[in-house]
Parts: sequence; structure tokens; C-alpha cells
Amino acid sequence: MILAADPLLVDGIDLTVALIVLLKAGVAFAMLLVSVMLVIWFERKLISDMQNRIGPAMAGPWGILQTLADGIKLFFKEDLLPTRADRVVFRLAPYLSIIPAFVAFAIIPVGGDFTNGGDGTVSMFGRSTLLQVADPPVGVLFFLALSSIAVYGVMLAGWSSGSKYPLLGSVRASAQMISYEAALGLAIATVFLTSGSLSTHEIVVGQSATTWNVLATGIVPFGIFLIAGTAELNRPPFDLVEAEQELVGGFHTEYSSIRFALFFLSEFMNMITMSAIAVTLFLGGPAGPIVTQRLAWVWPLFWFFLKVMAFLFTFVWLRATLPRFRYDQLMDLGWKVLIPAALGWFLLIATLDTARDLGWPTLPVVVVGVLALWGGAALLSGAVRKARAERLEEAEAHRDERADSTVGHGEA
Amino acid sequence: MGYLRGFAVTFAKMFEKRVTVPYPDAKRAKPERLHGRHVLNRYEDGMEKCIGCELCAGVCPANCIYVRGADNPVDDPVSPGERYGYVYEINYLRCIHCDLCVEACPTQAITETKLFEFSFTNRADAIYTKDELVVDAETGRPQHLPWEDWREGEDLATSGWMRATSPSGDATQVGRVAWSGELGYGVRSPEVGQSADREPGEGT
Repeated sequence: MILAADPLLVDGIDLTVALIVLLKAGVAFAMLLVSVMLVIWFERKLISDMQNRIGPAMAGPWGILQTLADGIKLFFKEDLLPTRADRVVFRLAPYLSIIPAFVAFAIIPVGGDFTNGGDGTVSMFGRSTLLQVADPPVGVLFFLALSSIAVYGVMLAGWSSGSKYPLLGSVRASAQMISYEAALGLAIATVFLTSGSLSTHEIVVGQSATTWNVLATGIVPFGIFLIAGTAELNRPPFDLVEAEQELVGGFHTEYSSIRFALFFLSEFMNMITMSAIAVTLFLGGPAGPIVTQRLAWVWPLFWFFLKVMAFLFTFVWLRATLPRFRYDQLMDLGWKVLIPAALGWFLLIATLDTARDLGWPTLPVVVVGVLALWGGAALLSGAVRKARAERLEEAEAHRDERADSTVGHGEA
Repeated sequence: MGYLRGFAVTFAKMFEKRVTVPYPDAKRAKPERLHGRHVLNRYEDGMEKCIGCELCAGVCPANCIYVRGADNPVDDPVSPGERYGYVYEINYLRCIHCDLCVEACPTQAITETKLFEFSFTNRADAIYTKDELVVDAETGRPQHLPWEDWREGEDLATSGWMRATSPSGDATQVGRVAWSGELGYGVRSPEVGQSADREPGEGT
């Protein structure tokens, strides 16, 4: 009964239902593959636009088939296996990366009418169903779990390569993805608090009833989600994992041929999924005005597409504009800024919720809450500053000591 | 919020003109004095300018030019003088396009076009013979050999570097015509030289 939220599965499962589920899964799979192809082309084209270049232009109209050509080329390349590699894990890692990327998209509602109290069901072969492959009650947790599995893909790929650059890259990747997942999770927790559900469908329905979560949660979690999401995807400016100047290709340095293509695909697929999750959690999913009554079912799909495109554009824009973070800056931002901010905001939203339930006046609660947060922030930054000062002092003393000892040697 | 200005920069770039030229389909205009493959010029009456003196071969730092001179046949002279170059070969696997042969030539017989888009599949093909180097006997234009990529208008300034200074490279000769006319083009006008305010042909 884990999928029971979908009205399709409520009245028992017969052949039609099974076929509809299969159809949805198949269409989602195919669409995801095609859209990954187009997203890679879109990124290359857009980034070349932002750099006064032309970008891919030869394969198909406007080079739109470039990714297909690259994929075919990679498919026919020799598949290298390093001598020192751990063979089983080396072969397994790309699948640990690509399968979560595919499966995570299953919980995204891509269409359905949510206007005027609509619950987003569509009629398909005489059955009403949701336009998402699955709607588990633990939806967003499912997404977080899968993105954690994807970390294994990256980590094991680097570890099993038996080579130093992949190992360093994967150490960076796992540290970065784990620490930013905390901020990401806390930002999402704020959404759970306002929506009162973990199911993506329920979250979208809740947003169409009131206001989009980006406003309901007060923008800050949205900003944290965007930053942490970019870091989670290992995209610039947080692409230390694949810093070419330092690590060659990062965790996939030793990979070639179709295995490399799988990593590449999953990277872009994660980018689409992260955009879709952001749209679902914060921007009302496929909600939007139905402009024409003819082909009314197209409009939610169109709004969903438009919102996802806005995120994809932002990701590429970030890449075109920002230089890469230094590793300590990255960790500072994650642990000392984003996690405390997300946690503080979560507490504030929780306090406001409780205050509303208990009938306390809003304004004093807000004032006290903000003051408490401010006090906490001051304490935290004070602690950080003191720790740094102590470290500097220690280093200074150490240096003096060494200077003394060298002078002593010189005299002797 | 100064760092947000970077986003405006990258955004604005999307609407700017592209700097990339889609090369095989379109070509960027080449500089007037670019050093490309050579031509052997003719006088306006169709006679060859080369006199087979081998100065070009002597000055060539890459040893890529092979010239043999011979006496002109009395009844059918090839060049107006006593002798003509009857073998003339340039090996383009060795040539470094330094243009010293052009400066050495006493009759402006050898100049360089701007063509560099040519390639070979074996070493023998890289040696251009006189038949390939000498300009067309009717029009005076460089021969468009099938493995070379000539485009409209690219064969016009085939003696650009020579006309930029003087045949001897003397600065006092800048802007002064010290060369003979060429088949199909007549006497080419000199380039203005380094100081732009000087009129062509004015001298120093």
C-alpha cells in the first residue's frame, strides 16, 4: 500500500492498471533520456552564448544532435580497466550513479490540473491517475535516500579506480555531498513543516491551495536549497570534485567509453531532477493558469517545463559567471553558514507554527524569535572567531619556537 | 553586492556578436601581408620574371628551394633576359614562410599569396614544381590547384609584403614604386607604410 496515494491503485490492480503504470514508467524513462540529451546540448549552447562563441553547430539543426553523436562515439570507444582497479566495484559504480538518477525522477509530478482546488488527477484509458510514476507517502525522503546512494556511486568509482586523482576527487565529492546534504535536508524540512506532508503530490496540492512554498517558508530555505543543491550536484562554483587543474577529471578520471557516459548522463540527469524537485517543493510544481480550455492538459506540463528551464538556465548561468570555491571556503560556507541558517530558520518557522496553534500573538513571537536567532548567530560567530584566533596564536608560537631553534643551531 | 555585476556581464554576452567564424564554411579576412604559398609572377606581356639566378635558393634558411637556370631558347624566349629558371621547386614540408626569397629576388619573380589551406597525403606531393607555382598565362592569377582551398577574392594581394617596404627592405624606399608590373594586375600601388599620414607613392 505504499503507492496507495495514487487513485489509480486504490481499487485493486488489474491488467489495465499495470499497463498504465508500465506506460508511465516507460514514457518517463524515454523522456528523461531525451531531455538529458537536450539539456547537455542546452548547456553547451548557452555557455557558448555567454562566452561569445557559437558552440555545437554541426550535428543536426543548431547542433541539437551533438550529444547523440558524442554518445555514439563513446559507445564505440575502448573500455579501459586499470590494472590496479577493483574490478567488480569499478564496473558497479557507474550503475550506482545512474540508477538513482533515473529512479529519483519517479516522484516528480510533471502535470495535472491543480487550479481551483483540482487534485492533479488526469484521466488515462478511463482511469484517473496522477501524472507521476509513483507517489510514495515518504516521497521527498525517498529522493534524499537516492541522492545518498548516488554519493556511493561517486565514492566507490574513485576508490576502486586504484589511482590517486580519482581517490582525491571522490574524497572531496563524498565530503562535499554529505555536508551539503545536511543543509539541503534542513531546507526541505522547512517545506515539510509548512506543507505537513512528505508526499510530493500532497506538497503540490498544498501549495495550490494557499501560496507557493517559496513565499510560505520565507525565501531563505529556497536560497539555501539552491546553493546546497548546486553543491550537491557538484556543479560550478562547487565543482571541486572535478577540478580539472588539480584532479584531471576527478572521480571519473580512469573511466572511459560507455561507463564514462553513464557518469556524464547521471550528472545531467541529477541536474534535471534537482531542478524538478526545487520546482515541486518551492514553486508549486506544474501549477499555473490554464489559458485555453482546448488541450487544457498541456498547460500544466508547459508551466512545469518553463519552471524547470528557469532552474537549468540558472545552473548554467552560475557556471558561466562564478569561479570555483576554494576547499576550505566551501566547507566554511556549508558548515558555518548554510547549516546554521537552515537550522535557525527551521526553528523560527516551527515556533511560528506552534504560536499559531496556541493562539499567541504573532508580532511578539516573531520579534523574540528573531532576537533569539540573532543571539545564537552572534554566539556562533563569536565561537568561530575565538577558535580561529587561538589557532593563529598557536601557529605563531609554534613558528617562534622553530625560529629560536634554528637560530640556536646556527650559533652552534 | 558588487559580485552580482558578473551575472549581468555574462547575461549581456548572450546578445553580443559571436567572435567565432564557422571556419570551413566561412573564412575570416586574412591580413594583407600574410605569408602563404608562393607564386612565380609574369610580366604584363606574359613573360616569366624568373631569371634562374638561384638567389632565393641561396638565401633560403630552410633549404627548401631548388632552382636550375638555363639559357633562353632564341626563337621562343621564356623570360626577357638571357636566362630563365627552367627548374623551380619548393618543398612545402620544409618551407617556413619567412619571405626571405621574396626579399632576395632581383626581379620580384617570387612573391607569396595568402593561401595556407593546402595539404598532402605523401611527401612527393609536398614539392611544388614550376608548373604549379607559375601564375596563369592568361589572367596572371595564381593557379587554383584542386587540393587547395581558394575562395573568392583571396588571390588578389599576392605581393603584399613586397609592396609594404621595398624589395631591399630599405626604409627610405617605403612608398616608392620599385617593382615591375605584373600580368593581370599592372603596376601594383605601394602600401602606405608605417606612418599613416604619408600618401602612397610620396616617398620620404
